[in-house]
Amino acid sequence: MIRLEKVTKIYPGTNVPAVNDVDMEVQEGEICVLIGSSGCGKTTLMRMINRLIPITSGSIYIDGKNILDIDPIELRRHIGYAIQQIGLFPHMTVYDNIATVPRLLKWDKRRIDERVDELLTMVQLDPTQFRHRYPRELSGGQAQRIGVARAMATDPPVMLMDEPFGAIDPINREVLQDEFLKIQSQVKKTIVFVTHDIHEAIKMGDKIALLDVGRLVQFGTPEELLTNPKNQFVKDFVGADRALKRLDLLKVKDAMLENPVHCHDTDDVGSVVRAMQEKKLNFLLVNDPQDRLKGYVTLRDIYDQSGKAGDFTKPMTLTVRPQQNLKDALSKMLTFDLGIVVAVDDDGKLMGVLNTTTLARVVGETYDEHGGRWGKIMAGGKIL
Amino acid sequence: MKGSLNKLSGGGQTWTLVGLALAFATGAWFESLGFFEFTKNNTDEIWILFIEHIHLVLISSVISISIGVPTGILLTRGFMRRYRNWSLNLLGICQTVPSLAVIAIAMTYLGIGKKTAIFALVIYGLLPIIRNSVAGLASVDPVILDAGRGMGMSPRQLLFRVELPNALYIILAGIRTSMVINVGTAAMSFLVGGGGLGDLIFSGIAMVDPGYMLAGAVPTAALAIFLNWFLGKVEGWTISPGLVYEQSTASDI
Repeated sequence: MIRLEKVTKIYPGTNVPAVNDVDMEVQEGEICVLIGSSGCGKTTLMRMINRLIPITSGSIYIDGKNILDIDPIELRRHIGYAIQQIGLFPHMTVYDNIATVPRLLKWDKRRIDERVDELLTMVQLDPTQFRHRYPRELSGGQAQRIGVARAMATDPPVMLMDEPFGAIDPINREVLQDEFLKIQSQVKKTIVFVTHDIHEAIKMGDKIALLDVGRLVQFGTPEELLTNPKNQFVKDFVGADRALKRLDLLKVKDAMLENPVHCHDTDDVGSVVRAMQEKKLNFLLVNDPQDRLKGYVTLRDIYDQSGKAGDFTKPMTLTVRPQQNLKDALSKMLTFDLGIVVAVDDDGKLMGVLNTTTLARVVGETYDEHGGRWGKIMAGGKIL
Repeated sequence: MKGSLNKLSGGGQTWTLVGLALAFATGAWFESLGFFEFTKNNTDEIWILFIEHIHLVLISSVISISIGVPTGILLTRGFMRRYRNWSLNLLGICQTVPSLAVIAIAMTYLGIGKKTAIFALVIYGLLPIIRNSVAGLASVDPVILDAGRGMGMSPRQLLFRVELPNALYIILAGIRTSMVINVGTAAMSFLVGGGGLGDLIFSGIAMVDPGYMLAGAVPTAALAIFLNWFLGKVEGWTISPGLVYEQSTASDI
């Protein structure tokens, strides 16, 4: 969709290239994050794509067309543009701001009205409440949302975003990122996204392009950068805690031990105790016959007792969903001081278990195919 | 709540009374100088001069604005930007020349008459307009210009849809300053045969006839005050409510 060939930028009066011989390709529907420390050329590279900065040498193709063959003003009208400082026009209402590009493209009033309402709804702002506000009457997060809505106004296939969530406090930034990813999963734009925040890059990027003094150091998926840093610079950039950062990328289902050992609430306690002793388990998950998680029993509670396992079952204080990311799961384990969390699906069905060993297995250097001793004990499905 | 309201309105009444008393005292004083007597007997002549004065102000201001604002715009465009400070300094120096001297110099070239007066008024009124146009356009946040350019506005669209609306407050302030000063300067047109209320003022001074002089000075002052008020209103009508400025500077200069 966007192809860069040997793109170089040398600003007049300097001899060090700001962007040096960059080759890369952004696939349709992908978010490509340009990242690097300040002055690495990431913003310059992005601004060359809509010709806000002229290219010194090399070429850029959008959809196979050389951008130099397109009138720059026409080109920009068909590329969404969102920047960190937002740049909403203070003298215009939210409506007029969003209508900027549609008006440049001479849309009729009805179509603009509909589109503005649609976009405001999409960024979760009530149209009737916000349409006629001025930028000064918006909070930072609201303004940022309008900025994104304005960039998407004419539904351009390509968007350039320069730290669009940069000026927002961390909590709201997370919210906006999540919302944006949700929108992106529906609209599937081809996006070039500039940031200096490696967390944001890992979260938002389908691909990450790491730049250093104008050169493209590594280009690949977030996975590749984290697991396979090309050199020391990439290693340092993604950070010593890159194992932890992978937690952002992985889901509970990637790490959980599936089909863990369990019994049914209808099982006889005596046989459950014997089975637990045999496997050296001091607690056991309890399902109902439909394999929905009911809770757990501990060996101490059922030892020397009689009856059904269901009579001694304690409910699970906390469960996670297989689709949740591992960082959330780990955070819950730490907060509630749990050695183990159980993953259940939306119907309450037991899907798997997770503990620090399984986490280490997926993020880690201490890779062990069987998940260590714990994995061996916990594996095996229905106990009886 | 009610108490404080009473207090407030009480304050208002006090000021109204003080104002009325002052107006009455001034009126009585003017009467003693023969102002009303003179005005009553010469209504037609004063009216003609008043209209003439307004003509001088309006014609010269319209010319000043139509030269000054485009000049300000030009000075902030691409290649001209490097001459901006240089030309503003030059204009600043010109402004230090007293208005009377400007009129005198204009007369040496153009002789006497309305044309000379208008020419001098245009020259004298230009600087605040150019200076504020440049300052206003330079004050527009570069971020919104980048956003506009990035969305595909042509330089012309950027100027009319983004730059001027955002610079309008400062540009209009320049126009207001220029026009209000112009009302006073226009009184000197009489000296080069340009007519206007200066006729009454200068003749009154020459004849040591305060009534005569006041018949020119009072309408001149009233015209300046009215223009200032009216142009303030114009700012209110034309400047986007999205742009807020401190109340005190917006309502009076």
